[in-house]
Amino acid sequence: MSMIQALNSALDVMMARDDRVVVLGEDVGYFGGVFRVTAGLQTKFGKQRCFDTPITECGIIGAAIGMAAYGLRPVPEIQFADYIYPGLDQIISEAARIRYRSAADFICPLTIRVPFGGGIFGGQTHSQSPESLFTHVTGIKTVIPSNPHDAKGLLIAAMEDNDPVIFMEPKRCYNGPFDGYYDRPAKSWADHPDADVDEGYFRVPLGQARIVREGGDLTILAYGTMVHVAHKVIDEHGIDGELIDLRSLVPLDIATIEASVRKTGRCLIVHEATRTSGFGAELSALVQERCFYHLEAPIERVTGFDTPYPHSLEWSYFPGPIRIGEALDRLMRE
Amino acid sequence: MNGRDNTGGTSGSNKPGLTLHIPEPPFRPGDPVDYSYLEIPRPDAIARPDETAAARSMVDLAYGLIRVLDDDNRAVGSWNPHLDDTTLLRMLRTMALQRAFDDRLFRAQRQGKTSFYMKATGEEAVAIGATFALDREDMCFPSYRQQGILFARDYPIVQMINQIYSNRLDPLFGRQLPIMYSARAYGFFTLSGNLTTQYPQAAGWAMASASKGDSRIAATWCGEGSTSEGDFHNGLTFGAVYNAPCIFNVVNNQYAISSYSGFAGSERTTFAARAIGYGIPGLRVDGNDILAVYAATNWAANRARLNLGPTLLELFTYRAEAHSTSDDPSAYRSAQERQEWPLGDPITRLKRHCIDKGIWDIARQEAMDLEVAQEVQAAQKEAEQNGILGHGLHQPDQTMFQDVYEEMPWHLREQSEQAIRERALKWPE
Ligand SMILES: Cc1ncc(C[n+]2csc(CCOP(=O)(O)OP(=O)(O)O)c2C)c(N)n1
Repeated sequence: MSMIQALNSALDVMMARDDRVVVLGEDVGYFGGVFRVTAGLQTKFGKQRCFDTPITECGIIGAAIGMAAYGLRPVPEIQFADYIYPGLDQIISEAARIRYRSAADFICPLTIRVPFGGGIFGGQTHSQSPESLFTHVTGIKTVIPSNPHDAKGLLIAAMEDNDPVIFMEPKRCYNGPFDGYYDRPAKSWADHPDADVDEGYFRVPLGQARIVREGGDLTILAYGTMVHVAHKVIDEHGIDGELIDLRSLVPLDIATIEASVRKTGRCLIVHEATRTSGFGAELSALVQERCFYHLEAPIERVTGFDTPYPHSLEWSYFPGPIRIGEALDRLMRE
Repeated sequence: MNGRDNTGGTSGSNKPGLTLHIPEPPFRPGDPVDYSYLEIPRPDAIARPDETAAARSMVDLAYGLIRVLDDDNRAVGSWNPHLDDTTLLRMLRTMALQRAFDDRLFRAQRQGKTSFYMKATGEEAVAIGATFALDREDMCFPSYRQQGILFARDYPIVQMINQIYSNRLDPLFGRQLPIMYSARAYGFFTLSGNLTTQYPQAAGWAMASASKGDSRIAATWCGEGSTSEGDFHNGLTFGAVYNAPCIFNVVNNQYAISSYSGFAGSERTTFAARAIGYGIPGLRVDGNDILAVYAATNWAANRARLNLGPTLLELFTYRAEAHSTSDDPSAYRSAQERQEWPLGDPITRLKRHCIDKGIWDIARQEAMDLEVAQEVQAAQKEAEQNGILGHGLHQPDQTMFQDVYEEMPWHLREQSEQAIRERALKWPE
């Protein structure tokens, strides 16, 4: 299965299991979403369960909060992460706080699906990675899969969770893993072991990172598309790196991170989002606080630049094999 | 510098210069008051249409003023809901209870027992009239001036005061500003401090109810100032698009803190008329006439229950007192405005109606006023046993970390332990 098929399968499985699950968003109904993630759901489950909405992200999320308060389990789709900003007030001031401010009198089980990240020539308004905006907000969870198996299992876990979840889908990986070599033919998920996805129900619990590759020389923390890019670079550089796919940023699997850095003594953090106040800054501080006496080199961050995502220069912006490779070399020299 | 002139202006043009219009309220402190510009039609100037009528057939309702009580305190016209005597007297008592409560808790704030309070003086009919017309099971998404819903649904007033004091029995564990109640069992959605966020939420709740074949409807309220927020329009868009069984109320009390309603657009049209662009009925209602509020809400609720979708109600009223305990209206509006407000006071109007009907008298009114004052006083005493704000009898520190998530994650557990350690150092037993 591709990641798109896996996500579609997760929605399909959960809509069949639980009639409280409803899918809503711009174009998600008849058309099946601009990325086809919701294809076929309206035909199968009817218009009451999967429907198009007006183009107002604050309205979509606000209405979904009301549905959740009623007792449904809405799964709104925001077409691109760049368009979640108009919906931020409903996320930050409402969804994230309803349990707290009402002392669990009302809860808000909501899974907001949102494709993010660049590398598809989307320009500055179809390419952003705003995950750190969400990790800074207490009361919501932020989940990011990197492959079809996890995408399905994590989405099911998110839909079963009683807290609001921002589920960010790396759209560069929808149809195949991406190793950062934009000038080579795109790969498909067909032969990838993580694309062997069970048709039925299964879950990947939130808050558990995955060690993609074990190693003793250095720890790489990554998520989404950057897991694949980092993997390729370690292989090319012949480094015995331990690659950790965080899978969820909140809740964060601190135990796995800590154990790995204590073992390897080196830490590289990779994300596509802009650098300043990005999630890498939080990871770096945590590693420093908890593993300082085990570190043999300064913690390094490889990120996107602090510019908007440029259209024609997107491959210069993207933290690809060269930027990651240089950081790896620097770290290993220490 | 790029050398461009960024100051605007008329440079190089010989066309007449434009001017910017800044709305200005009709009276400022010291000004005499003249309400002759207000059009106050006789009751039944616009007859009650059938609930099933098409929205476009009743555009007039958005520009008129639905009234039931006439100048002689009689209930007249096709909007007269013909309520029985018991209901009338229950409404009267509920409004009196709220007024006594507001007065007492406002004073409690002045005495330093809590940080903040908001009265709804002069607007009691808005929430109480509506709640009497709704079913007990309907879900309300209020703003901060609809505490009347709780009084009308017999929510325990001791518990309201516990919340206002943030004391150890505050059901919300001292997490919310005073008056930001939450009462799911009473059909009262948890209050937000962010204006109009409840509008699309109410629409979503109503959509969910409709999609499940339920019979319950939703109602939501915001101030006229807040109609400028995007979420006001988001809520109406969703309500209209999906034909959601939802009543959207705009409480036009003339003021948004110190800004008059002109800054929300009232110079050009009414707030009820916002409905017309959405193709839903918009009814402008005398908000100080509880029978009119009841009748209009009942009409909108019937329409929603017939699956004919949402209605927008503008409750035309006047905020008789300050915006909140942090506000001083004498600094920005004429002292005469309140006294001369032509639509009177909702409690006085219903009281006179009941007296004229022969079911009530001044002596009984005085006795009732005393009784509700004593009820509030007793509740306040009881609540004070559980503590007032800042006097130690509050929640254990770990409650601060509960309910952020369903289960406490590691970082909150660590911070909770830190808070407990610090508390032991700050206040040794
Ligand atoms: C989003 C947002 N902006 C600003 C405020 C600050 N604020 C609180 S009440 C208020 C005035 C609201 O006026 P109106 O809607 O007319 O309601 P009223 O107080 O008259 O009942 C303002 C500006 C807020 N709470 N939320």
